[in-house]
Amino acid sequence: MAKFDLNDDGLVVIIGSGAGGGTLGNELAQKGVKAVILEAGDRHELQDFVNDEWNSFTQLAWTDMRTTSGSWLVARDFPNLPAWIVKSVGGSTVHWAGASLRFDDHEFKIKTVYGDIGGANLLDWPITLAEMEPWYAKAEFKMGTTRTNGIPGLPGSNNFKVMEAGARKLGYTQVHTGRMSINSQPRDGRGSCQQIGFCFQGCKSGAKWSTLYTEIPKGEATGNLEVRPKSMAVRIEHDAAGKVNGVVYVDGDGKMQKQKARVVAVAGNSLESPRLLLNSHSGMFPNGLANSSGQVGRNYMRHMTGSVYAVFDKPVHMYRGTTMAGIIMDEAHHDPKRGFSGGYEMETLSLGLPFIVAFLNPGAWGRSFTTAIDGYPNMAGMWLVGEDLPQETNRVTLDPSAKDANGMPVASVHYDDHPNDVAMRNHAYRQGSAVYEAVGATRTFPTPPYPSTHNLGTNRMSEKPRDGVVNKYGQAHDIKNLFVSDGSQFTTSAACNPTLTIVTLAIRQADHIAGAMQRGEI
Amino acid sequence: MREVDRRSKIDRRNFLKTAAAVPPAAAVAATTGVSISDAWADTAKALKPETLKTLARVARDVYPHDQLADHYYIIAVTPWDAKAAADANVKALIEGGIALLDENARARYKAPYAAVAWEEQRVALLHEIEQSEFFGKVRGDLLVSLYNNHDVWPKFGYEGSSSERGGYINRGFDDINWLS
Repeated sequence: MAKFDLNDDGLVVIIGSGAGGGTLGNELAQKGVKAVILEAGDRHELQDFVNDEWNSFTQLAWTDMRTTSGSWLVARDFPNLPAWIVKSVGGSTVHWAGASLRFDDHEFKIKTVYGDIGGANLLDWPITLAEMEPWYAKAEFKMGTTRTNGIPGLPGSNNFKVMEAGARKLGYTQVHTGRMSINSQPRDGRGSCQQIGFCFQGCKSGAKWSTLYTEIPKGEATGNLEVRPKSMAVRIEHDAAGKVNGVVYVDGDGKMQKQKARVVAVAGNSLESPRLLLNSHSGMFPNGLANSSGQVGRNYMRHMTGSVYAVFDKPVHMYRGTTMAGIIMDEAHHDPKRGFSGGYEMETLSLGLPFIVAFLNPGAWGRSFTTAIDGYPNMAGMWLVGEDLPQETNRVTLDPSAKDANGMPVASVHYDDHPNDVAMRNHAYRQGSAVYEAVGATRTFPTPPYPSTHNLGTNRMSEKPRDGVVNKYGQAHDIKNLFVSDGSQFTTSAACNPTLTIVTLAIRQADHIAGAMQRGEI
Repeated sequence: MREVDRRSKIDRRNFLKTAAAVPPAAAVAATTGVSISDAWADTAKALKPETLKTLARVARDVYPHDQLADHYYIIAVTPWDAKAAADANVKALIEGGIALLDENARARYKAPYAAVAWEEQRVALLHEIEQSEFFGKVRGDLLVSLYNNHDVWPKFGYEGSSSERGGYINRGFDDINWLS
C-alpha cells in the first residue's frame, strides 16, 4: 500500500472517496498514475457496520453543521440536515440503495427538448448519450449491475410484489426488480445478496457495490493509491500562474497539513465540493476557485422526491430484504401533457421502525400518526424520484456566521421547489397511491422529502465557460489541472438515481486525466 | 407468511443494558407492570415526582399506542430527570412546561393535566402548546426514546438486526401469500 510524501508534487490529489473519488482513484491507479485520496471520514469496514438505523446514522452520516433556507420542506423538517450522505471511506456508496440506471437520451439535452421554462436555468450537457454509452457499459460491468452483462435480476421481495401487483392493475408495464449494483449471484469476489434489509446502513455481506470494498482496495493493491481517512480538506492552493498545486487539510489529530499536487480532483458531494471551491478564494480568485462564471454553488438540484407508504389489511413486512427492491419506469419519460416536464421513477423503499417514525410525517403526533405506525407490519412503501430543474437561485453558499470545527464557513443550502417540481410531485403522489389502492390499501401516506440523498449540479458542466464551472471532462474551465469528479458536475439531474452516471463520468475522466498527464498538458 | 411474535420477552441482555444506562427511577420502571400512577417517580433527583409522572402521561398522549404498557413511556421520559439534574435550563424547561399544562388544565377542567379524564381533552391542551420549545423538545426526544427502545420493536412487528441471522433470504423476504 502506497504512502506518499506531503511534498510529492507529482500526485493527483482526490478529495472524497465515494462514487466519483473512489472510482477515479482506482482507475488512475490501474493506469499507473499515483493518487492520494483525502477522505474526511473514518474507515469503517463491513464488520463495523450495524443493522441499527440510529446507531448506523451516528457511525456513518455526515452530521457536521449545515444551514438551510428556501421553500423546500427539508428546511422546515431538518433545518441543519439538508443532506443524508456519508462521511466515511466509500462516501455515499456505503449507504446507497444500489439503483443503477442510465440517463435517457433526452435527459442530456433538456434545454433543446423542453424549451425555455420560466425560472429554470436549463442547459444541455456538453455530452450525449451516444458518447456516454461505452462508458456506461464499463461502469455497469465494474459494478455488476443486474439486468446488464447477463446478470439476472434480484428476486422480488414482499414490498416489491405489492408494488408490482398494483402497477400491473394500473396498466404499467415497465415493472421489475431493477438494475441494481447488488450481486444476484457471486461475482468479483463478493457473495450474493442475503436480503438483509439494511442497505442504507452499509451492506454487511458486501453484495452491494461500494468503492469501500471494490475500487479502493483494488487501487491500493497497485501501490499507486493511498487513502487518508480523517483528512478534511479545507482549502485548495494555487501558484502564481493560477494552477492548483496543493490541498490544505486537517488530519485526524487536528493538525493542519498540506499535500502538494500536480492535479486536484474535487469529489466531496455537491454541498462540500462547491463549499471547498468557495472557501479557497484568494487574491487571484476572489470569488473562489473556478468561479469566473459565478456558477459555483448555483443550480443545486436534489431531485423531485417524496414517498408513498400504504397500509393494508394484511402483512407485508417491507423491511425484509433489499431496501430498494424494484421499480416502475412507466412515468420516467417526458410527456408535458401530464402538466410538467421530465419524468419520475417509482422505486420501492422501506424504512425500519426507528426511521419510519422520524420520516413518515415529520412533526406529526397523536392518533392519526400512531395508528399509521401500528400498521407498520402491514405497510408497503415506495420512493418517488424525478428530474428537478436547475435554478440559479437554488444554491450552496458560505454561511455568513456558522463555522465548522476548523473555523471554516459551513455550507448554506437554499432550495425553492420549482412549480414543475410541485406539479410532478403531486402527480407522483396520486399515481403512487393509486398503485397501492389497486391492491387494497386501506390508507396511503404522501410522505414529504427526506434530507437529500441525491445532491447535484453545483459545479455544472457546460460547453461555454460562462454557463458553468467545468467542461465535458469535469475539468474546470478556469484552471486546467483542477477537476470536479462527483455529482456536482451534472448539468441537469435526469429522473434516475445518479450513482451510475457519477461512476461512468469518473471512469471517463480518469482516461482523460491520464492522457493529458502523459501528453504533458497538465 | 412468517409472523412476528409480539408477546413481551424479557431479553436479559437488553434489560441489563437499559438498567445500567439510566438512573434509578427507570431501573424501577424497567420492571414490567408499573403504571404511570404508581410511585415509580419518587426517586427522581431533579424533577418533582408529579412532574415526571405527568410527563409520562404527556408521552402517551403524544404517541398513544394502546398495545404498549405504561412502562415503555416511563422508560422513555425518565432520562429527563438526569438531564434536568445536569442542566438547570432543562429543569426549568420541563417544570415550566408541565406547570403551564397543569395551569391550563385547572382553568378548563378544574384538575391537573394528568387527572383530565379524556384523551381528547388532554390532546386539546397539548395543541395549545404545540409550538412551544417544551413540546417540541419532548416530542422530538420521544421519537428516539420511545421507538428506539429495542423492546418495543416486536410490538410493531419489527425484527431489527438481521445479518447475524443470515438476513431474510430464508426467513420470509418473499413469503407474501395474499396478492391475487
